[in-house]
Amino acid sequence: MFEVIEIEMIVPNLHLLTVRAPDIAEQIKPGQFVIVRSDEESERIPLSVADWDRKEGTITIIFMEVGVSTQKMASLKQGEYIPTVVGPLGKPSEIEKFGTVVCIGGCYGIGSIFPTIKAFHEKGNNVISIMEARSLNLLYWKDKIKPFCSSLFTITRDGSDGDIGHIKHIVEILHKNGIKPDRIIANGCTFMIYKASKDLSIFNVPIIVSLNPIMIDGTGMCGVCRVTVDGKMRFACVDGPDFDGRLVDWEELLTRRKQYVDEEAFLVHNSGCGGI
Amino acid sequence: MNQKKKLDLNRREMPKQPPHIRRRNFKEVAMGYTVELAVGEAERCLQCKKPLCVQGCPVEINIPGFIKCIANKDFAEAIRIIKKTNCLPAVCGRVCPQEEQCEISCILIKKGAPIAIGRLERFAAEWEASQEHIEIPKIPPPTGKKVAVVGSGPAGITVAGNLAMLGHDVTMYEALHEAGGVLTYGIPEFRLPKKIVRREIDYIKKMGVKLITNFVVGKTKTVDQLINNYDALFIATGAGLPWFMNIPGENLNGVYSANEYLTRMNLMKGFNFPKSSTPIKKHNRVAVVGGGNVAMDCARTAARLGAEEVYIIYRRSKKELPARLEEVENAEEEGVIFKLLTLPIRLIGDENGWLKEIECLRMKLGEPDQSGRRRPIKIEGSEFIMPMDACIIAIGNSPNPIIPNTTADLEVGKWRNIIADEKTGKTSKDKVWAGGDIVTGAATVILAMGAGRIAALSINEYLSGEK
Repeated sequence: MFEVIEIEMIVPNLHLLTVRAPDIAEQIKPGQFVIVRSDEESERIPLSVADWDRKEGTITIIFMEVGVSTQKMASLKQGEYIPTVVGPLGKPSEIEKFGTVVCIGGCYGIGSIFPTIKAFHEKGNNVISIMEARSLNLLYWKDKIKPFCSSLFTITRDGSDGDIGHIKHIVEILHKNGIKPDRIIANGCTFMIYKASKDLSIFNVPIIVSLNPIMIDGTGMCGVCRVTVDGKMRFACVDGPDFDGRLVDWEELLTRRKQYVDEEAFLVHNSGCGGI
Repeated sequence: MNQKKKLDLNRREMPKQPPHIRRRNFKEVAMGYTVELAVGEAERCLQCKKPLCVQGCPVEINIPGFIKCIANKDFAEAIRIIKKTNCLPAVCGRVCPQEEQCEISCILIKKGAPIAIGRLERFAAEWEASQEHIEIPKIPPPTGKKVAVVGSGPAGITVAGNLAMLGHDVTMYEALHEAGGVLTYGIPEFRLPKKIVRREIDYIKKMGVKLITNFVVGKTKTVDQLINNYDALFIATGAGLPWFMNIPGENLNGVYSANEYLTRMNLMKGFNFPKSSTPIKKHNRVAVVGGGNVAMDCARTAARLGAEEVYIIYRRSKKELPARLEEVENAEEEGVIFKLLTLPIRLIGDENGWLKEIECLRMKLGEPDQSGRRRPIKIEGSEFIMPMDACIIAIGNSPNPIIPNTTADLEVGKWRNIIADEKTGKTSKDKVWAGGDIVTGAATVILAMGAGRIAALSINEYLSGEK
């Protein structure tokens, strides 16, 4: 059992969960994920890890409330115990000195891209961070991320913080500021990372996205997380979750993610990032 | 003594739920022998001096010994004898392919009525479970040796149980949230009730085995990190990524791997949706591709979920079906339609990305191939379309990739299976043994247990010799 150390709604519909999981905290690297079950009837939900404290033996997750299982997670209380936190799963992100690295986070991806931003900074890269949200009240962790970037931009659809616009607007921001990326990283909902992979392909550099297909075991057994990358069948749980977004078959992934929409009766639509 | 008696060739049938009832429920199909049936069947045994059946058993149960006890109504002794070499009798009595192991070796097979060894084994296990007190074998004083067992499926349970019985300190690691491996996530309730699996796991825990679930060796800690805390380590991580056919349309919605379909159903209790939150679709027309036991499990699961038409699509003929005959018959009785000598060549989707049709080709049988089975040959121009809502692909899987990918000095084969000595289970890595599907690729529960048994012997020998 895993103790809930902290649970808090940090912005509407997004929750921060810190649990004690010393083995995972000791082992985890940027880009990896865990699978969580908040009670015995719950689904196994794959969630990127947004932060950890090796000394305290804790890991922190930012998750969106989208269905029954995440609703249950959101209603956990500090000091409660949950039956499953397993990981770290997936391959760690490739962290090298690439030069200028543009890191884009939206929704829960603002949290999950934080360890990557930090790691790129520590490797000596020039890190540019871009946070994207529908509105100012959905942005978080700006102060936490800022020290690790040379610049931090925000884009909101209503203009309540930073520039007005959506992912496409990033191209403009980069041009305006004379930024030539050597590598682009994007974390967030499938629609956002799909848009990033399309809109930013003009830079001709890898656009590394953290894919979030449906998963069950997460350990290379069930095969439900299969995605087509560069024409080949790959499994996000063991081959990913990071892939070059320019090579991903997005239509297939977006369709596969919708398989259980009917069943997820409590799915919250239009959560501000395309809702998929 | 029995030789004097007239040969009894009346092999006692085991009562089953009638097909039209069971095809819509998840309860166990075969209901087990009554005392009367079991004793009657046991009395038929000729008690051969050189019992061939024992040689046919991968874990070498003293078969005539336990059967004699059943005949004498000493059921407690019967289960004691079985458990000397098999810590999973309730499982083996149900899912072992006895017809190609112990029962095929029975002398009475020549008369067409081999002793129903599996049913008797199951009876003994059920008798024990119905008792208030389950006997735990006497365990010798602790040896002080620590063993890690990675994976809690049939191979892992066998090694853990056998080594705990010898006084070693065993910790079993499981990646999923529940122990049992394929017995839990794979084999359906109607063939192996989960309460039986839990009972067997409890049994080895009572023998002192520690169980750690939610722990992925290779990820949560690597083999190289773990090995420092143990005197020996056994890897039994079983099945890995499912194989697909490499034909168009396999990523359409409504197309599943057998592993996914069965895991949703069994481990995640999809039948209990929405009480359990993991959904499983109730499709109307379902095709299962493949002819093994796993394919039968998928087809029969689909029927129980309410499908009107369920097909098995298999490229050879009925004779070549790798599934147990008993499972094929069960499936047929439950209305599963066998599309034999048929090969899917394309899965066709609708405008929303859901499977709509399967395009198939008819096959004929040619000369035997390396496996000894007749090679299926395509009949050109024989394409035809089957309208279908779901397709479950049950053509096997590769070994689990996590440990081979994260462990130094561990020799692997061309399928990324771990290479282990056939006679000992020893791998190329110091202090590390392996067995089960991670070594052989997809096989049966009992073969994994057989591998576990020889590895346990070898590990014990190593631990006893070690200063």
